[in-house]
Amino acid sequence: MTSSSSSAVLVALLLVPLVGAIVVAALRGNDRLAKLVALGISIVEFALAIVSWAAYDAGGARLQQAFSMDWIPSFGVHLSFGVDGIALVMIAVIALLVPLVIGSSWLEKLPEGRSAGGFLGLILVEQALTIGVFAATDVFVFYVLFEIMLIPMYFLIGSYGGANRQYAAVKFFLYSFLGGMIMLASVIALYVQAGNALGKGTFDWATLVTVVHHAPLSTQIWLFLGFFAAFAIKAPLVPLHTWLPDAAAEAPIGVAVLIVGVLDKVGTFGFLRYCLPMFPDASRKLAPLVLVLAAAGVLYGSLLATGQRDMKRFIAYVSIAHFGFIALGIFSFSSQAMTGSVSYMINHSISTGMLIIVIGMVIARGGSTRIADYGGMAKLTPLLAGLFLLAGLSSLSLPGTNSFISEFLVLIGSYPNAPVYTIIATVGMILAALYILWLYQRVFTGPVRGDALMQFDGPGATIAPETGARRAIRDLTGREIGVLVPLVVLVIGLGLYPKPVLDVVTPTVNATMTSVGVGDPVTVQEGH
Amino acid sequence: MMNLSEGAESVVAASGSLGGAWLVVLLPAIGALVLLAGGKRTNAWGHLLGCATVIAAFVYGVVMFFASTGLDAGQRVQNLHIYDWIPVNALQVDFGFRVDPLSLTFVLLITGVGSLIHIYSIGYMAEDRDRRRFFGYLNLFVASMLVLVLGNSFVTLYLGWEGVGLASYLLIGWYQDRPSAATAAKKAFLMNRVGDVGLALAIFILFQQLGTTQYTEVFAAVGDGRLSSGTLLAVTILLLLGACGKSGQFPLQAWLPDAMEGPTPVSALIHAATMVTAGVYLIARSNPIYSASPDGRLIVVIIGAITLLIGCVIGCAYDDIKKVLAYSTVSQIGYMILAVGLGPIGYGLGILHLLTHGFFKAGLFLGAGSVMHAMNDEVDMRKFGGLWKKMRITFATFTCGYLALIGFPLLSGYWSKDAIIEAAFSQGGWRGWVFGGAAMLGVALTAFYMTRLMFMTFFGEKRWEKLKSTDGREFHPHEAPAVMTIPMIILAVGSLGAGAYLAINHTLVDWLSPTLGELSEAHDSPFSTPVLTTISIALMVIGVGLAWLLVGRKPVPVEKPERVSFPVRAARRDLYGNALNEVLVARPGTWLTRFLVFLDNRGVDGAVNGIAAVFGGGSGRLRRLQTGFVRSYALTMLAGSILVLAALLMVRFS
Repeated sequence: MTSSSSSAVLVALLLVPLVGAIVVAALRGNDRLAKLVALGISIVEFALAIVSWAAYDAGGARLQQAFSMDWIPSFGVHLSFGVDGIALVMIAVIALLVPLVIGSSWLEKLPEGRSAGGFLGLILVEQALTIGVFAATDVFVFYVLFEIMLIPMYFLIGSYGGANRQYAAVKFFLYSFLGGMIMLASVIALYVQAGNALGKGTFDWATLVTVVHHAPLSTQIWLFLGFFAAFAIKAPLVPLHTWLPDAAAEAPIGVAVLIVGVLDKVGTFGFLRYCLPMFPDASRKLAPLVLVLAAAGVLYGSLLATGQRDMKRFIAYVSIAHFGFIALGIFSFSSQAMTGSVSYMINHSISTGMLIIVIGMVIARGGSTRIADYGGMAKLTPLLAGLFLLAGLSSLSLPGTNSFISEFLVLIGSYPNAPVYTIIATVGMILAALYILWLYQRVFTGPVRGDALMQFDGPGATIAPETGARRAIRDLTGREIGVLVPLVVLVIGLGLYPKPVLDVVTPTVNATMTSVGVGDPVTVQEGH
Repeated sequence: MMNLSEGAESVVAASGSLGGAWLVVLLPAIGALVLLAGGKRTNAWGHLLGCATVIAAFVYGVVMFFASTGLDAGQRVQNLHIYDWIPVNALQVDFGFRVDPLSLTFVLLITGVGSLIHIYSIGYMAEDRDRRRFFGYLNLFVASMLVLVLGNSFVTLYLGWEGVGLASYLLIGWYQDRPSAATAAKKAFLMNRVGDVGLALAIFILFQQLGTTQYTEVFAAVGDGRLSSGTLLAVTILLLLGACGKSGQFPLQAWLPDAMEGPTPVSALIHAATMVTAGVYLIARSNPIYSASPDGRLIVVIIGAITLLIGCVIGCAYDDIKKVLAYSTVSQIGYMILAVGLGPIGYGLGILHLLTHGFFKAGLFLGAGSVMHAMNDEVDMRKFGGLWKKMRITFATFTCGYLALIGFPLLSGYWSKDAIIEAAFSQGGWRGWVFGGAAMLGVALTAFYMTRLMFMTFFGEKRWEKLKSTDGREFHPHEAPAVMTIPMIILAVGSLGAGAYLAINHTLVDWLSPTLGELSEAHDSPFSTPVLTTISIALMVIGVGLAWLLVGRKPVPVEKPERVSFPVRAARRDLYGNALNEVLVARPGTWLTRFLVFLDNRGVDGAVNGIAAVFGGGSGRLRRLQTGFVRSYALTMLAGSILVLAALLMVRFS
């Protein structure tokens, strides 16, 4: 076992939520205590993530805070973990989201017979596994965690979700599992490749990167496609996206945040960590294909979002459009676009996470996910309306918000190599304004209306004389404000000062570009 | 001080009071933050804070102005680096400001007119429960607009550009109860975004070609001839698209009249005096690019000429006082766009007209607001009439604005508009006749629609005496309180004198020359200046006379006549601009979306379920997989194993 002092932080990041999950699951009799303990653990985890960030040296080694121990010696499998700039920021964003998810799920009505302990325990397990996926530096460990990660999520959707939850959970599982199986084929073939080249098989990522790119193009293409299939389902890219609207619609709000904010990013992370550096020739060869899917995804997701009647399905299609931007930035091969994609990954978690959370607050008040059941809500809940709008503006990448930085970097960086796809995606900016502002208009402006706000609810409910709405519709509570404030600060803070993120991400992106064997289309000019 | 560039312009690092330019942005930004985040606690004093921050910014703007006039012309373009905003390898976007005569001129306009309108709003919004939030939005607007004009790169400009778009969206939709306000707000934002795509693509091209988005470096590179003429043309057209969106120019003009759904001070500040002129600023700021592309400039001039006529024609047909003024704004910005499209002879003239227009149009809107305030928020001029006796200050100040707008000799509009017409004629050949002629025709039409507005509002029969407003109240017109009339009086003084002050001896144009270059004198005009002025005055008199013949000497029917000629019908329907958008964009878009939603539910999903059926034995059994889990797991494992085998075989044989 090799380790350094800072690797202890990474070990703790992996173990704290796992141990915490066991404790929380044991508290199934006492919901309140289970929630408090889970929140406490998630806050400790967040503090650890900050320590890990502080210990990371942006100009240092490719993989830092690394440690490794034998797992299956006969196959050369090691339990090895470490972080680069991309994994670091992704782990930080997971650690940020989980306490907010717990806070926003505080009053979640779980189905009959389910306890908060079980629900939050599963969330913490999922957190540990996704951090493991981002931190794994052994391809076999990555694969195993990639698959195991499905199991808690399968139960989070299938046991705690809405009316159609079982269908959604199975669909989610089948899609992801199928992708995983295809990837397994490539993982095994990688091992064989390494064996041929080195005389001894290995799953060590850093070693594989130096070996596989010597393989002929046709081999690279098949191996690439194996990984790509799994990641494109996860991300998801059109036309492999149809599991996401069902999963997002049926999952509880907090779980939807994790699916869209964290789980999906494993796919785009996979492109960056596995597809590009391990199969550089195939990546360059197949990039046009991915760019087509990316640009199509931007338009398709945006148009579908404008046509949705259900708020949670709406979010899913918005995310599909955003994943189009991320894929565009990754496969157009410039450091600006790729850095933009990585920052898009975290900014999307922040702004779409915030949008899902505020939509959850709307749903918690009206009891319906149908857009048509609401109207004129700004009059009843001005603060909720304002924060909904801010989340929406961040989702449509308004300059001054975090998402602008990433979308701008993706587009300006993609333009030199992929002008046509960039222009198509830029047109997506107009559609983004349309779907966000139209949703806001329908739910929040005009006279108070809609069944969710106007109908009687039980014997005690009375009607407010001035608006005609149920009295029970109140503006944000202290808990809800507490959940949203960190997100508001990040939306504006990272919009005006994104340098801390860019400085960490850019060196890793540069290293990735080097391993793909491509240079920036636009280089520093003389006279700077 | 050191020179940052050896190009055509000299840029020095900011120092002294100009180095504190960030302060003018920070003040209103803090105001917005306190008022929006502070909530109801700030209700009592929010409007005062809102005014104070903008007035303080104005005062600092004046300090900077005098500091700058004290410098040599070569030292007046200063660059202020604040921090690295978006640094990724070759792309280095500063958060920084360019403090130069052009940006300082705008700082004074924005904070000066902004202060007056903030003060006016204290009275105008006195009855509104959310007045504090209104001032928060106004402060947000002022801060964003200052970033727009002060930014030292195309990206900082873009930051302010969309920031003012947001403020405009929030303020157009201010009266949230009205569905029409929400629709207008969304329409404004969307049509602006269409323009923004142009601006964004222009920025992408500049980065691709030059590796920078900073003004100093871009302009120096353009000066060195590093852009091909094709690239230059593309950039000029894309920037123009952005300008058309923000400034309500053809073909993106349809949002601006709808924007009148917002409270009238908003119409005055954002949708007349400042934000909608950002397109003119953009082209003037990019003058090194436009100067290098004659074809690009020609397109700008064509757009300006078309828009100025569209605005005039539609303005003649509307009965809504604010919409007439809105189309007047569209038309006047058309003049400015035409001017800056003329190149070195026009940049300064466009800015001159922008400033004089800022005074008289803001004054006209505030006057209209005062009339509405007196008339229970009524905007239909057919219900007005004879108001001059009831509100004499409003009438007097409005008349000043009116005379300035139609180009009455020696008042503001006369100086700036006649100069543009003369410059347009001096293009020579067919261009001179076409563009000069369009600008001339506009003079007569402007005089007509504004005189019609004056007659219908202030003169003739008091039609409101026999009517009630839509909420059933009687009309009791009265003069507005001093907090509203004083800003109107100040703007009226500006309408009278600003043009002469700025135009005589080329005061403004000389001041702007470090940014916009020296004014080249008009030449090659078919008319001498006195002849041109005489024709222009004659056309103005004809317009006024026609308005008297057709409107002034007859009683105005309260109901809008429906049996009217085709041109009037077309003008009432915005020359079918909205209908065209509907047919070309909105409806096909809706159909496409419906089709795709159908496809996604049935088609794509169906196909994938079909594949799942192959593996799982029918999509109907998907649900039952819960029970038969282990079996299907095994089945999938089998499928996976087959693939593993295939992969292994493939590796061996390749």
